[in-house]
Amino acid sequence: MTSLPARTEKQLGLVIDLDTCVGCQACVTSCKSWNTSGHMAPLTDVRPYEDGADGVWFNRVHTYEQAANGASRTVHFPRSCLHCAEPACVTVCPTGASYKRESDGIVLVDEDKCIGCKLCSWACPYGAREYDTEVGVMKKCTLCVDRIYNQNLDEVDRVPACVAACPTGARHFGDLGDPQSPVSQLVAERDGVDLMPEMDYRPTNKYLPPRERSACNVSDAPALEPVAGGLLGWVDRMLSR
Amino acid sequence: MSSSAPAGANNAPSQRPLADTRAPRDADGIDTSPPVSDEVKQTTCYMCACRCGIDVHLVDGEIRYIQGNRHHPVNRGVLCGKGAAGIMQHQSPARLRKPLLRVGERGAGDFREIEWDEALAIATERLERVRATDPKRLAFFTGRDQSQSLTGWWAQQFGTPNFAAHGGFCSVNMAAAGLYTIGGSFWEFGEPDWDHAKYFMLFGVAEDHDSNPIKIGLGKLKARGAKVVSVNPCRTGYSAIADEWIGIRPGTDGLFLLAIVHTLLKAGKVDLDYLVRTTNAHCLVIEEPGAADDGLFLRDGDGRALAWDAKAERPVDALAADVTPALTGRFTIDGRTCVPVFQLIAERYLDDAYAPAAVAERCGVPASTIERIAAELAHVAFEEAIELPVPWTDWAGRRHETMRGRPIAIHAMRGISAHSNGFQTCRALHLLQVLLGTVDVPGGFRFKPPFPKPAPPPNKPAGKDGGAPNTPLTCMPLGYVTGLEDLLVDDAGQPLRIDKGYSWEAPLSIHGLMHMVIANAWRGDPYPIDVLFLYMANMAWNSSMNTGGTMAMLTDKDESGEYRIPFIIYSDAYYSETVAYADLVLPDTTYLERHDCISLLDRPIGDADGPADAIRHPVVAPDRDVRPFQSVLLDLGARLKLPGMVDERGSPRYRDYADYIVNHERAPGIGPLAGWRDGEDDRTGRGAPDPEQLQRYIDNGGFWRHELAPKQRYYKMANRSYLELATDMGFLQSPEPIIFQLYSEPLQHFRLAARGHGEVLPPESERARLETYFDPLPFWYAPLEEVMIDDDAFDLHAITQRPMHMYHSWGGQNAWLRQITSQNRLFIHRATAERLGLADDDWAWVESPHGKVKGQVRLVDGVNPQTVWTWNAIGKRRGAWMLGEHAPEAEKGFLLNHAISELLPTDANGRRYSNSDPVTGQAAWFDLRVRITKCAASEVDATEPQFPTLKPPPGVARPPRVLDFGAQFRRRREARP
Amino acid sequence: MHPALSVIFFTTATGAGYGLLTLLGLAAASGLVVPDRWLGFVALGLALTLITGGLLSSTLHLGHPERAWRALSQWRSSWLSREAVAAVVTYVPAGIFGIGWLVTGRVDGVIAIAAFAAAVGALVTVYTTGMIYASLKPVAQWHSRFTVPGYLIFAIMTGAVLLHALLLLFGNDARGAGTFAALAIAAGWLWKTATWRHNDQLTLSSSANSATGLKDGAVRSIEWPHTEENFVLKEMGYRIARKHAAKLRRLVHLLAFAVPLAAIAVALVAPHWLAVLAACLAVVAQAPGMVAERWLFFAEAKHAVTLYYGR
Repeated sequence: MTSLPARTEKQLGLVIDLDTCVGCQACVTSCKSWNTSGHMAPLTDVRPYEDGADGVWFNRVHTYEQAANGASRTVHFPRSCLHCAEPACVTVCPTGASYKRESDGIVLVDEDKCIGCKLCSWACPYGAREYDTEVGVMKKCTLCVDRIYNQNLDEVDRVPACVAACPTGARHFGDLGDPQSPVSQLVAERDGVDLMPEMDYRPTNKYLPPRERSACNVSDAPALEPVAGGLLGWVDRMLSR
Repeated sequence: MSSSAPAGANNAPSQRPLADTRAPRDADGIDTSPPVSDEVKQTTCYMCACRCGIDVHLVDGEIRYIQGNRHHPVNRGVLCGKGAAGIMQHQSPARLRKPLLRVGERGAGDFREIEWDEALAIATERLERVRATDPKRLAFFTGRDQSQSLTGWWAQQFGTPNFAAHGGFCSVNMAAAGLYTIGGSFWEFGEPDWDHAKYFMLFGVAEDHDSNPIKIGLGKLKARGAKVVSVNPCRTGYSAIADEWIGIRPGTDGLFLLAIVHTLLKAGKVDLDYLVRTTNAHCLVIEEPGAADDGLFLRDGDGRALAWDAKAERPVDALAADVTPALTGRFTIDGRTCVPVFQLIAERYLDDAYAPAAVAERCGVPASTIERIAAELAHVAFEEAIELPVPWTDWAGRRHETMRGRPIAIHAMRGISAHSNGFQTCRALHLLQVLLGTVDVPGGFRFKPPFPKPAPPPNKPAGKDGGAPNTPLTCMPLGYVTGLEDLLVDDAGQPLRIDKGYSWEAPLSIHGLMHMVIANAWRGDPYPIDVLFLYMANMAWNSSMNTGGTMAMLTDKDESGEYRIPFIIYSDAYYSETVAYADLVLPDTTYLERHDCISLLDRPIGDADGPADAIRHPVVAPDRDVRPFQSVLLDLGARLKLPGMVDERGSPRYRDYADYIVNHERAPGIGPLAGWRDGEDDRTGRGAPDPEQLQRYIDNGGFWRHELAPKQRYYKMANRSYLELATDMGFLQSPEPIIFQLYSEPLQHFRLAARGHGEVLPPESERARLETYFDPLPFWYAPLEEVMIDDDAFDLHAITQRPMHMYHSWGGQNAWLRQITSQNRLFIHRATAERLGLADDDWAWVESPHGKVKGQVRLVDGVNPQTVWTWNAIGKRRGAWMLGEHAPEAEKGFLLNHAISELLPTDANGRRYSNSDPVTGQAAWFDLRVRITKCAASEVDATEPQFPTLKPPPGVARPPRVLDFGAQFRRRREARP
Repeated sequence: MHPALSVIFFTTATGAGYGLLTLLGLAAASGLVVPDRWLGFVALGLALTLITGGLLSSTLHLGHPERAWRALSQWRSSWLSREAVAAVVTYVPAGIFGIGWLVTGRVDGVIAIAAFAAAVGALVTVYTTGMIYASLKPVAQWHSRFTVPGYLIFAIMTGAVLLHALLLLFGNDARGAGTFAALAIAAGWLWKTATWRHNDQLTLSSSANSATGLKDGAVRSIEWPHTEENFVLKEMGYRIARKHAAKLRRLVHLLAFAVPLAAIAVALVAPHWLAVLAACLAVVAQAPGMVAERWLFFAEAKHAVTLYYGR
């Protein structure tokens, strides 16, 4: 059913720290590696060894430069499904293949119902929907629904593959519907933002903006003055080896 | 023994599983607990040189999924972009399938498949002849080899000094400067104190070396709010998240560092107590211009360096405890003028030539920035020192109640290393670290055992005795030169090594000069060779300077129609560009099909809190007729009857590499692996071989680690408990403290020789070079090529780096990684592009004095305006790696190597030196100067230069048009009842 | 947005078909049409052929056309599903209307009621088609008050031009139809012109800043996630050069509106043979004109996701 649940018990999602992401692609390939044999397997690659290679990926990392106030910075920006609270990708689906889980808010596609009309991809401003031309159905990030509850994995491994792999620890996971959850508190503390809030899709995933460059602890180091009496005079004291 | 497991890296509360991981009741009926695998094998990644622990999930014996090993000391559960794409490396369609013998012209790629017996017989016959006549006519060079303790030993037993791996064209300046100065370096030698540093400076880092540990560490620094400063011409990766990015001009880092040193000295912001306790700053240097010992340390009759005791007012043993050495002044002792090292340091760096204002323009960094960075360093070092409540005892037996530290950590790697002034620049970096008192202290840079070693380590290079038929060398080919007598030159001063390593051209070339091997062998300079034996080194493409020229040398014939390089044996797992140039191809396995050891005898993987080593073991058996190279090498060694590789009866001593790993002993009780040895106390890493050793490693997740006691973790250069442990474990020969060599006496030996002193004298033509570059105190000079060419005509620097998801990897044929980057752009500063009339996606020529390549530009802000750069080794030769004819790698990807010469321009004496650091022979990749011109409209089709398309080797099938890897596991899962 | 031919054909063909069905239905219900069996056969046949052909064409781009029936299920939330339902439902009165006309040769009573219902169904279907596009927030050019009226007007307009030609071909008095068609073309022309003007002045509510959450200054894409084009770019990253778009717009002005309007004006006053030719000319010109209009409808629509790619 593509009508949205009035509310979901949880709002599971990711928090991505743009201050820490170095653009290493670990989340990209770990996602691919898990999911190509996971719930939506395979993540088909077309022309993998020639020109025009085009595969299904649930997570992609962009690189931007932001020039503001006379300064410039480079920002690496991972992009995947935001598991919105008001996902139009779900409501436009004519078959009921796309749905939002009432329990945890994860947006999924039921491949058996998908007719491959691609309208959901048109409805998503975030580019989260990935069409598999060979299977003829739409695929997308599952928030590793086959990991986070998977009783066949060690308990510590029950997090999305991208969160487990991220070498800088720039990815976080949890219930963003619970203001007391660690992820919600992180978002509050770091002024996390929604992407394209003007779309009113109410994304669950949040992005933590790069921190102000002046926020580090030594910005007020006093300027150095020449040592009184000159260096060689200053050194002239008893030193013990 | 202790192999306690560090917790996983991503364990913040916001990175943990849900409090309740039971599946919620949802009506969608999906299976949230599908079976993951029926077997997990824990081995070591080989997607780059970082060597992380991986858990490989198998279903019905087939590899399904790879994740990081949470307990592994290197990656602690995380895994980089390469590691997670390992399945595609393992499944590559470019995998070689069977030994190949060349049948057509070399370079054409005409081969026939042969059996292993034939292949090994051909190699044995050829090598037997070489060994029986002149063993050094074998040049054995091994690229990204992770088994150098085996390959080097094999070369030693064969009797050829002509051995090295890829360090010479990677980061030998960094390693050499570190080992000669502080007895360690970065990466496998040491790491920042990620848990305590408050200020972190990163110089020119190529974004791999120690890939995951650095990334984990950066995450920690960010979480703690430490300041991160990056000094790098390019604002990529780590630099992008730095709090401050200093877009320095390439090749000027040394000047920048010494300007900071100048500023700190002027303000008296140096740690004098640290200097007298851990360095030679107080040692007395003889100041007698013209004398044979000018510039050497004043020593007593027993050879001990002396210092001036300010209290006793007499010379004393500089390294004795409790003396009160003077750091400044000039003293006359026995009629000779002597001066403490620190006085020389002060005199040199207080000079206005090193003032920030004097270097600012050259570095492209404002003087105010240099002054501010110096002020910040001083502030953190001296106002924000930290103290850990851990008592420890120093080398002299003095107990200290706490461990004090100046929390400034510095890390550097290839960016500052790959210049012809890199050695002295890296020395300058260590000088700064030491002056601030931040080496192996809390919050600073920390050694990873088995480092620190004496600066430099005691082993010498072998080869002087080389060349005798059927005779092994007395020791390993690579080592540390400390005097003229250690050089590998003959009586006429001619180099003994084919790469001219350890010759006058590159006296401290501790990793060899792999980039010169083919050019020298082709010229027959210093002598011709018979067999070039390469492993895992793409010398016919991205691992060579002057790539086009190198390909021509590999196929060039002499007057008699014979190839100038008569026979080439190459071992690789994949159809790389170099395969086509081999006469005999020995196909290797993938990293998931083999045994390996990551040995303390080689390039270890320990961390600052403890030494560690690891293994690879086959996760799956090869489905092709391929063999692991190391087993093949041992087999060849046995066929050649090399000492140590056959038993008394002449039978092979080792069944295969796995057998060698367990049973080989380098010294009694010391073998490739330190863990779970038999008999002796396991804490020492010593003991007889234990047949169960590999199984014990497998049971422990593929690695062994000994965790240091808290009291051993800092001040390792002077920490009695640590030094004793290191001696027990064989890292050190005795528990003597390690003295940091701010003033490098070995370098002064070369200077004195250049002045005509001593028994081994350099040829006249080499003397000026030695006099200039072997300064015992760090200094800066302009990169060599830059001063020899028309600087105005080639007005831009050009540098490269591998993208993080391919660094030290073989990404070309990896279906996943190549989708991320299958073409590269030339990144150019917006203002520079505007001046040159270039817009995004325009095609442009990148032209050096040596050659030119064509590529498309991308305009950015985050690059030094006098610099252009690109992702390296994206460009591939058409047809290589089994990529399609029109793959972007061949059409749009370009290789800057075509524009880099392996030789410098001709000098005033008509000589062409290698394009390398004059001290270490490090390939000066990043000295490249270019000019950029927009292509004409008729030139905008594809990159240039182009070379004939390589044909696929026999027996290798065309790659699939569609890859649905993973579908099979789902089918099987869903077919289960 | 990628201008896929199947979708262009689908929307233009069903638009004309439903427009024609609407006009026939309304005309029949209000007794304005002569119940000529041949006219009924050809006109309704054409309408239903256009509709059915369009609908079938729309299934061509589906990954699983055999599951298309599932699209009937989600009418509560999905405009695409509503369109499917409306299209299927409309066949029922349209069938009764057509069969009744052909069998009885009359269009009164139950048949007139069915005709009216078919007209309403056709209009509703076109409305739902328009709403599919108008409801997509990520495409600002579509998510506008111009989209749905545009679809309705163009359906009626193309239907009217067809009906006018058919009436003339069957020798009927087509002055009323001609006048209506001329008015519809004028309305369509005005509407398209106004739509383009609106789109040209559109300030997008989304930007690279809002897309990335990087609030200040200029945010520029310097590297894509993958160096080759992917599904998102192929499907939604289509870009058209301003010059090329202007040329096509001129073509639309000419073929979709100016020529048909002039031809119908001629038909209104010309002798019968010339009127037939002119009416046919109007059809022949308008068909490619509307294809170009629809091509531009897609090609000029900028999807918000392209902001991530610097397009």
